[in-house]
Amino acid sequence: MSEKFKEFPGTPLSSRDIKSGKVLTFKWRPNAKYAWTVGIAYGRFLEELKNGRIIGRKCRECSRVLVPPRMFCEQCFRPTDEWVFVKNTGRINTFSLSYLDADARRIKTPIPVAVIDLDGASPGIGILHKLGNVDPKRIHIGMRVRAVWKPAKQREGSITDIKYWEPI
Amino acid sequence: MVKKRVAVIGAGITLFRRRLQETGKELSHYAVEMALDSAEMTRDDIESVVMGTAPDAFDGIHMKAENLLDGAGGARKPYTRVFVGGGTGVFAPIGGWWHVASGLFDTCLVVAEEKMSPCYPHPQTAFRTIWDPIITRPLEPNLVWIFALEMQRYMQIHNIPKEHIAAIAVKNKGNALDHPSAQLAAKITVQDVLDSEVMVWPVQRLDISPPSDGAAAMILASEDVARKYTDDPVWLDGVGWSLDSAYWTNRDLYFPEYVATAARMAYKMAKIHNPRKEISLAEPYDPFDYKEAHHTEGLLLADKGGAPKLTVEGQTFRDGDQPICPSGGLLGVGNPIAAAGLMKCCECFWQLRNEAGKRQVPKAETAVAQAWGDLMQIGTVTVFRR
Ligand SMILES: [Zn+2]
Repeated sequence: MSEKFKEFPGTPLSSRDIKSGKVLTFKWRPNAKYAWTVGIAYGRFLEELKNGRIIGRKCRECSRVLVPPRMFCEQCFRPTDEWVFVKNTGRINTFSLSYLDADARRIKTPIPVAVIDLDGASPGIGILHKLGNVDPKRIHIGMRVRAVWKPAKQREGSITDIKYWEPI
Repeated sequence: MVKKRVAVIGAGITLFRRRLQETGKELSHYAVEMALDSAEMTRDDIESVVMGTAPDAFDGIHMKAENLLDGAGGARKPYTRVFVGGGTGVFAPIGGWWHVASGLFDTCLVVAEEKMSPCYPHPQTAFRTIWDPIITRPLEPNLVWIFALEMQRYMQIHNIPKEHIAAIAVKNKGNALDHPSAQLAAKITVQDVLDSEVMVWPVQRLDISPPSDGAAAMILASEDVARKYTDDPVWLDGVGWSLDSAYWTNRDLYFPEYVATAARMAYKMAKIHNPRKEISLAEPYDPFDYKEAHHTEGLLLADKGGAPKLTVEGQTFRDGDQPICPSGGLLGVGNPIAAAGLMKCCECFWQLRNEAGKRQVPKAETAVAQAWGDLMQIGTVTVFRR
């Protein structure tokens, strides 16, 4: 650090300083709500999930089968050409065990999550999802897994229509 | 092409802490004053200002660059915000470089600010809104998931033991003991890291940098103007950046190809042919310990999978052959996102000026700083030379 500097500015506070009112704070809870249209590619993808099937898009230029599907190929930069069903089985590309929930609160039973490379899609084409019905100690890269679907009547056209992926 | 060679002639930094009482404007002002003082300049000498600050959701102020403007010295000046997520801190001086190298301005003040503390109880909640709303958000991910997935892939492909990754956290927290701004400087052991709370396996508490508040600033000038202010300029001779696809589950996470692309661009510009030999010290982005290794490889400073061993063998320590994160990095100094990236550039400046005090790396001639972010997809790289 430049020897010219004798002091480094900033006034540290603890969370207790905030809670005890040692410094004034101003709070506001936003009430913003959103409704996203799912678009063309995700629209069909979600429709097929409701049917218990996984669909991708194929680009004839690079021959890749893409999941999640998109109407353009980001590499060839041209429209993709056709819809292709892929299998509801795959292989774990990588995984982790989360002891944190979505707000970083601690949880006792870890959530196993994985990137799953899908059979029938191009090599290295995977999706993010959860694992289930599996001993966390046995999860490994390369493990074969299959999708476990919600009963047809409970499906709503969502990525969560697949409950989780379990070992084959 | 490059019209003017760009020099760094001043830098400043605040304390990095979990919570600071000062507003973002006030922190920006501290860092800018310090940078101006160190260059013996006033705001009147500044022709343009670039602000780097990461997601608005942390501060809770939408379009916060405008909110920060007055504290950052930008009022009534050409003022621009640049933003590429976690890569912003090193992207801000790249933005400053455009201003000066193009010949448009002779001076540019680069400022980076982040306050993560306003978002409570934990800034993680703000990260919930970065995900694809249709196919990712319904799974209720937290941000650490994706880093754990990347870390797992990296470790397994190369068969790297967790102990070797943990050695990086030990080094950086130790290096930070000599950094006067540091938030999490500590003397710890590999065992401490391995015994720390599991967050998202394989990520444990001591593998992660903390949320922080802080600001940093840097002054860039064209060659002729720089010579008026100092006999000892540091040159910003190479810049590079690259973004990979946002479909991150469709790429192999074991290697950050986009960092390598950015590094090649910056090295080519700086005429560096053999980075391992020619670079005296590196400040790769280390929000997690494995990320330092991952980025060291992306910066072509180690073989793929070879970086953790360099630390285990001591080569990346300040007195080693390839000093890495002599500042103490994000793991030790703290991680006010954009300010943390610019802190790395400031460290390169101080090291090359021989002003790094206890942190000084011997014979520092050339330094590289790098940051990373978005959905594991951007690399930003700057090469400095004395
Ligand atoms: Zn294609």
